[in-house]
Amino acid sequence: MVDATHHGEGDGQTRREFLYLAAGAIGAVGAAGVAWALVDSMNPAADTLALSSIDVNLSTIAEGMGIVQMWQGKPVFVRHRTADEISAAENVKETDLIDPSKPWTDKDRVKKSPWLILIGICTHLGCIPLGNKPTDMRGEWGGYFCPCHGSQYDTSGRVRHGPAPANLPIPPYNFTSDTVVRIG
Amino acid sequence: MSAFRAFLIGGALALAAVTGAVAQEIPEPVSQSWSFNGVFGTYDRAALQRGFQVYREVCAACHSMNLLAYHDLEGIGYTLPEIKAIAASVQVPDDPDDTGEVKDRPGRPSDHFKAPFANEKAAQAANNGALPKDLSLIVRGRKYGPDYVYALMTSFHEPPAGMKMAKGMNYNSAFPGGQIAMPPPLSDDRVTYADGTKATLQQEAHDVVTFLSWASDPHLEDRHRLGARVMIFLLAFSAVMYGVKRKVWSNVHH
Amino acid sequence: MAHTKTPSAFQNPLIRWVDDRLPVFTMISKEYGVFPTPRNFNYLWNFGALALVMLVIMIITGVFLAMQYTPNADLAFASVDRITRDVNYGWLLRTLHANGSSMFFLVVYVHIFRGMYYGSYKRPRELLWLFGAAIYLLMMATAFLGYTLPWGQMSFWGATVITNFFTAIPVVGKAITTWLWGGFAVANPTLNRFFALHYLLPFVIAAVVFLHVWALHVTGSNNPLGIEPKSDKDTLPFHPYYTMKDGFGITVFLIIYAAIVFYIPDYLGSPDNYVQGNPLVTPSSIEPEWYFLPFYAILRSVPNKLLGVILMFGAVVMIFLMPWLDTSKVRSAKFRPWYQWCFWFFVLDALLLGLVGSQHPEGIWVLLGRIGTIYYFGFFLLLLPFLGWFEKTLPLPASISESVLGGGKLARADVAAKPMEKA
Repeated sequence: MVDATHHGEGDGQTRREFLYLAAGAIGAVGAAGVAWALVDSMNPAADTLALSSIDVNLSTIAEGMGIVQMWQGKPVFVRHRTADEISAAENVKETDLIDPSKPWTDKDRVKKSPWLILIGICTHLGCIPLGNKPTDMRGEWGGYFCPCHGSQYDTSGRVRHGPAPANLPIPPYNFTSDTVVRIG
Repeated sequence: MSAFRAFLIGGALALAAVTGAVAQEIPEPVSQSWSFNGVFGTYDRAALQRGFQVYREVCAACHSMNLLAYHDLEGIGYTLPEIKAIAASVQVPDDPDDTGEVKDRPGRPSDHFKAPFANEKAAQAANNGALPKDLSLIVRGRKYGPDYVYALMTSFHEPPAGMKMAKGMNYNSAFPGGQIAMPPPLSDDRVTYADGTKATLQQEAHDVVTFLSWASDPHLEDRHRLGARVMIFLLAFSAVMYGVKRKVWSNVHH
Repeated sequence: MAHTKTPSAFQNPLIRWVDDRLPVFTMISKEYGVFPTPRNFNYLWNFGALALVMLVIMIITGVFLAMQYTPNADLAFASVDRITRDVNYGWLLRTLHANGSSMFFLVVYVHIFRGMYYGSYKRPRELLWLFGAAIYLLMMATAFLGYTLPWGQMSFWGATVITNFFTAIPVVGKAITTWLWGGFAVANPTLNRFFALHYLLPFVIAAVVFLHVWALHVTGSNNPLGIEPKSDKDTLPFHPYYTMKDGFGITVFLIIYAAIVFYIPDYLGSPDNYVQGNPLVTPSSIEPEWYFLPFYAILRSVPNKLLGVILMFGAVVMIFLMPWLDTSKVRSAKFRPWYQWCFWFFVLDALLLGLVGSQHPEGIWVLLGRIGTIYYFGFFLLLLPFLGWFEKTLPLPASISESVLGGGKLARADVAAKPMEKA
């Protein structure tokens, strides 16, 4: 922004230019600091972060039952699978699947049998599939059925009939005891 | 002399004469020394934790701190497992279950501090009509801040001769008007400190006021730290800008 | 002006492309690059730029605060606490905005007093002055609205007191106040609309600032001598002389702002506003922020409610009327020795009224408030006109450059110390 027609003796010129450069650089550093504070204020606040993980008590979920818990604003399906559901989930070849991306084997998708834990958002356009309640439609593979456009998932949450393109995602989780799982 | 000079002298005299000549509602308390006073002030972690212990064991019986959540206790030096244990030690209402019933569950870090009473009316009913104030912002919400709250804790006396106390009121020389509904909450050995510090009345008052000051202003240390950097930055920046200004103006006769 | 074929003077092709279609860069270069500015500004001329810096800071911090604030009477106080406690740098945003309000008024008061001292309101700058007074009025409204938003005790009761002013209006007062409240007292409907208006007004201020600066660029700036530039020996291009001087002034100003924000953030505020607003408990003393105290003092000096309200608003109206109340042919107080005294007494009076406003209206404060109010209106309505007619003013220098280059001594216009440069 400095007018190019300023004259100066050689030494004075470089000293002056250094001064202007220093001023500009310091100003830029200050502006960057301010910008960072503003941008960071939009990141999740401490109270939101305190909700970034939830503990689910499994002792009240009977075999063949599934519950829905909200976690980070999303529904999480926690299901106590029956023996039939587990064997149906294990007897599947990679070529049977619409979405064979890893993890596709039931073993990779389940940390501790008989607990199936999935994010319950249909990978097509985001509806919440049915299948948690005993009276729900569960589709041909006995897992989950999305009423919006007919996607069907198996007892491991893998998509077996479109239009959904991908398996139901698995949230990060850890068993803190035999009856409590921490999600997130 | 010039009018401006007269103004400066007159103004200074007037200001000097007038400051302090006002009837304040809260009598000015004795100045205490706090670790968080001054430009480089910080909170004494040990005092914060002792103060929290005093709050939990003494004050929380009547006083809520609704704006604080258990996860905030990270700021007084507790680890996440410690915070979880503190939170889990209280029972709070759960979300309604499938039949609509509201049962209790152990607290979580994301929960706000459990209030002693369900609402203000319940609090008043349990305290002869007086409302124990929420303490989340009490130190910032009172003139003289921590010095006042400390004075309040340590100024319960026998009323002076001839003073007529209303029914159920206690005499406190730091409280505006002298009559307070709260009975003296602290006394020597009222709590037993986990770290072995001798729990005199003064110590307990000092610690709980430190904790309450932190609750009112949890980012004081962030503020002081960033403040030091910003002031140094601005001093350097203004020095450079002064150089720039002088340089630019050097060819102009002022 | 349209269809001119003068090519843009810039080298950079992108800049030329924009400038040929909308001459923003030419405009910036003309208005803030080469713009001839009197060479003899003192640092009091920094304060307009400082005011603009504060407006920008308030808008930016305000927008980021508005992302986290909830304008509902049950939730507002806790949402502000959440900002200071949980939001990353929320504590900084909040204190910058709250103290920024004080800094904005401080800077604008110095700016106004500069104008009063040097006669910047006089012909041909009357409209410039009116725009400035309008900005001041809008700032007062914005600050009042903003202060209610945290819904502390002072927020709630300040809102109650100020909105109750309107009940003083005969016949329609109560209806107007009910309309303002959206109910029968200050409550949630009031808070919600105050938030909407508080978000709106700063942009109205920005528009009036644009008009204010445009009007300034038509007449050119005043200067400490109050005499117009006669040649380009009297002026300097705005850039780099005043861009860099303003830049330096801004950094010094930021030091003061930062010292308050980081080390005494609660000093200018009221502890009562850290207590949740309660319609059933009146705080022991309701007082506005420091920048409203003089007007508060004037209001309370009058025992009659309606008259007090009229005088309080009248005090602000006086500022608008200054160009026409002052009859002096001489602009700058530098050459008006009687006016100088009256002016400094006025400044003292403003400070006195501020002090009166902060005290309970009893004892000596009542008398001082009345004396202060009388001098305030006397200054505008009596001193300004009469001084103009009767004051013996000092002789003006021949020109700015002569005054500046003549070693600071004022050259008398009737003694040819140097041959006068003709424009």
